[in-house]
Amino acid sequence: MPIESIAILVLAGFVGYTVISKVPNTLHTPLMSGTNAIHGIVLLGGLIVLGHGVDGVLNKILLVVAIAFGMINVVGGFLVTDRMLGMFKQRPGGQRPGGQRPDGQRAGGQRPGAREEGEQ
Amino acid sequence: MNTLVSVLYIVAFVLFIYGLMGMTGPRTAVRGNWIAAAGMAVAVVATLLLPGMGNWPLIALGLGIGAVIGVPAARRVKMTAMPQMVALFNGVGGGAVALIAWVEFRVTTGYEAEPRYVAIASLFAAIVGSVSFWGSGIAFGKLQEILPGRPVTLGRLQQPLNIVVLTAAVVCAVIIASGGRSELLIIGVLVAAGLIGVMVVLPIGGADMPVVISLLNAFTGLSAAAMGLALDNTALIVAGMIVGASGSILTNLMAQAMNRSIPAILAGGFGGGGDAGAATVSGAGDRPVRSTSTADAAIQLAYAGRVMVVPGYGLAVAQAQHAVREMADLLEAKGIDVAYAVHPVAGRMPGHMNVLLAEADVPYEALKEMDESNSAFPQVDVSLVIGANDVTNPAAQSDPSSPIYGMPILHVTSSRSVIVLKRSMGSGFAGIDNALFTDAKTAMLFGDAKESVAGIVEELKTL
Repeated sequence: MPIESIAILVLAGFVGYTVISKVPNTLHTPLMSGTNAIHGIVLLGGLIVLGHGVDGVLNKILLVVAIAFGMINVVGGFLVTDRMLGMFKQRPGGQRPGGQRPDGQRAGGQRPGAREEGEQ
Repeated sequence: MNTLVSVLYIVAFVLFIYGLMGMTGPRTAVRGNWIAAAGMAVAVVATLLLPGMGNWPLIALGLGIGAVIGVPAARRVKMTAMPQMVALFNGVGGGAVALIAWVEFRVTTGYEAEPRYVAIASLFAAIVGSVSFWGSGIAFGKLQEILPGRPVTLGRLQQPLNIVVLTAAVVCAVIIASGGRSELLIIGVLVAAGLIGVMVVLPIGGADMPVVISLLNAFTGLSAAAMGLALDNTALIVAGMIVGASGSILTNLMAQAMNRSIPAILAGGFGGGGDAGAATVSGAGDRPVRSTSTADAAIQLAYAGRVMVVPGYGLAVAQAQHAVREMADLLEAKGIDVAYAVHPVAGRMPGHMNVLLAEADVPYEALKEMDESNSAFPQVDVSLVIGANDVTNPAAQSDPSSPIYGMPILHVTSSRSVIVLKRSMGSGFAGIDNALFTDAKTAMLFGDAKESVAGIVEELKTL
């Protein structure tokens, strides 16, 4: 078993532990949703297996479904998190950046999806 | 893996970690989320640049389908339905891992020429991914109220049956790892793991569901990391493990906020209205309940100096947050101080209520966390409890036989008077009675939260 992979695994675990150890209650739900989006990284697994070629119709169907699932996880996860966080704005009329959210959200929201599809 | 891809992966890791760090603070959270999203975009692009990639039309098809389903789903979901949406997104992530593991088995004919660790990691990913997929599906069904929110148990058979099914999954996996080639084995692993997901989540009461979703979130992260080991892909290992670790911490924080232990939650059956529930029913049942009208409530509020609104899930369900905001504006115009006491688990997830109130433009500064609220209650003239139940239940402090005993609560009874807006005398999500409703200080205003608040608003306008 490659020791490098295990080392990376352990260190990544510590990073995750350290980053989250202090969070206000208010942000628990958005944070859960955000980390939820990040595990959409499984999308890469689907891309690698399919991209390096598989035979058989069933295999292809399963992988397309897996990629679609991963993509839903990623895109949906980040967008939902953004919508939740967009709710935490200051008093209306305040000068905080929260006031600009609706536009920024829409323009930013499409970016990950559009960019990935642009690759084909 | 060529140098460019490696460099891009490292960029993606930095963005993930930096983004997550940003998400732990209210001011930097929005940016943090987009930084993490940018990291994901970089990771995807890097993967597509890997040498020897092909099958482009199918890849495009998968990404396209995902985007077409995911974007509108995330855009349209109501704020009240957020928890089940997160469950669903988590579930499909786990499902993706399980499917990839299945295909891995098929293309390598049972990991024939692969090192043993690849088989083990891949099978681990298959089990955990499948548990996460089906468990999240059940959690979604419960929160969406397709399935009963109350615990569904098989009684005494539950635990032995869980163990039998888990053993079946592990046995199938062990046979594969030691050379089994039959495809029935991997299907057995996936089905048995799926059954575990269903059987473990079904008996868990709705009130504990946020913790369960968070736990399944951590599971999906771990399964992604295991898949990364099997596929020898660093991005999967790093991102998956970060989620696995941070998700576990988050689960623990949530459980602490509810004073519940994770093993107790997984053992299930909470809120089933068992013996303890029955005892409190008889205890509270013979005390009179004082009910009030919108007109009386409005007068009481209008002549108060300080009002504390205690919002709960009932407010969210009735979509009453905008009406509450309107009421607060009217009261503030009269010079009355209005604040909101937000219990850490008000709503159905920690922080859920803050999101809903923020949606109605309630200023962030008016939201008081639990400790702050509890020290403020003695100076409060009227506490207005809107659709909150278990988080105000004094039994959590006074009755050791109560299932929620020990849970930190909002001490609304220390304020001078209490008005409780509630649909009926029915019990809360945890399925237990609340002595607050029969307290001498308490007046009950029965009806839909939104209509009641709207009624109070009308009365306030005429005062």
